Amino acid sequence: MSFDESHGAPKGSSMRTPLGRVRNLGAAHSGTSDFWRQRLTGVALTLLMIPALVIIMMLLGPNQVRAAQILSSLPVAVILLLFIFACTWHMKIGMQVVIEDYVHNEKLKLVSVMLNNFFTIAVALASTYAILKLSSGV
Amino acid sequence: MVEFALPKNSKISGGKTWPKPAGATETREFRVYRWNPDDGKTPSVDTYYVDTHDCGPMVLDGLIWIKNHIDPSLTFRRSCREGVCGSCAMNIDGQNTLACTRSMHDVKDGAVKINPLPHQPVVKDLVPDLTNFYAQYASVEPWLKTTSPTPQKEWKQSHEDREKLDGLYECILCACCSTSCPSYWWNSERYLGPAALLQANRWVSDSRDEATGERLDYLEDPFRLYRCHTIMNCAKACPKGLNPAEAIAELKLKLVERQI
Repeated sequence: MSFDESHGAPKGSSMRTPLGRVRNLGAAHSGTSDFWRQRLTGVALTLLMIPALVIIMMLLGPNQVRAAQILSSLPVAVILLLFIFACTWHMKIGMQVVIEDYVHNEKLKLVSVMLNNFFTIAVALASTYAILKLSSGV
Repeated sequence: MVEFALPKNSKISGGKTWPKPAGATETREFRVYRWNPDDGKTPSVDTYYVDTHDCGPMVLDGLIWIKNHIDPSLTFRRSCREGVCGSCAMNIDGQNTLACTRSMHDVKDGAVKINPLPHQPVVKDLVPDLTNFYAQYASVEPWLKTTSPTPQKEWKQSHEDREKLDGLYECILCACCSTSCPSYWWNSERYLGPAALLQANRWVSDSRDEATGERLDYLEDPFRLYRCHTIMNCAKACPKGLNPAEAIAELKLKLVERQI
């Protein structure tokens, strides 16, 4: 019985053998790097979460001059930059996993992955620029 | 996109309620998924009453009783009736398991609800089409691969190395784990699923095998292996008490290990 004959069958099944369908285009020989980076950034975020939250709380009340003063401290700027770096990288990988899981239309998937990359880079660069600008007092 | 609703031709309509067996003093209600590829109808759920004094205690006993005494057209797979062959895997009361090892007394709340394994094409009634599942198993090449000259007697293995296969070799390929996995539901064409990956790890972990690297090469893919998000439904469903999620985690660890 082929998939076509079953009532839950996927549409457009070809006459390829089941093994041929499973092997398909072969292994991409990738995925481990993303898997490792996701764990790496996950651990980094666990460590950076509390210091980053403390800094953000410190930045909530004061005006821009005071905020610039706080950010001019090297450890504060470094913690925030590391936080943004880990956060955006983690976000990019996580979102890509969600897209790969749920978007099955190849074209839509490609566009979504592309937009995810653009969005991540934009958020990372904008945040980095803001932190550097304030911390350097320019 | 992922389909969250059943396709039109899989929507379940009302089924037939068969009369209670005459003279039975104690009965158990069975609600069983029915679909016949030849009658052109959508699936239905039929209700049967099993005479519990006239049949064994397991769900499979109930199904065999229905087939023998009420409805010979009811179709399901079964063979060993003792949890060894994996043929009678089905969804009982919302849980993928073997009908032969699940007691009907363990199913609480009234009727025993039986459906085929989820998210697989149905051949008829409770028989799923496992063609893709078996092809995925074949794709991991589940046999010993060596290049060294074959020894006069057997390929030797230490007791310690043999112990590494415990929890892996016992898999009976019933498909309970793979068909309980949401990742497998969404991407069963590309994700190998818990059963095939557990088997892959069984051969990757075998000290006698000389193709470990090739095997890991075959698995290193965002879809084949990394669709596993450690949901753990597989470990919950396995009627043999195995932990495919752990086996998959071991595979990921080995892939990281060879990079770092």
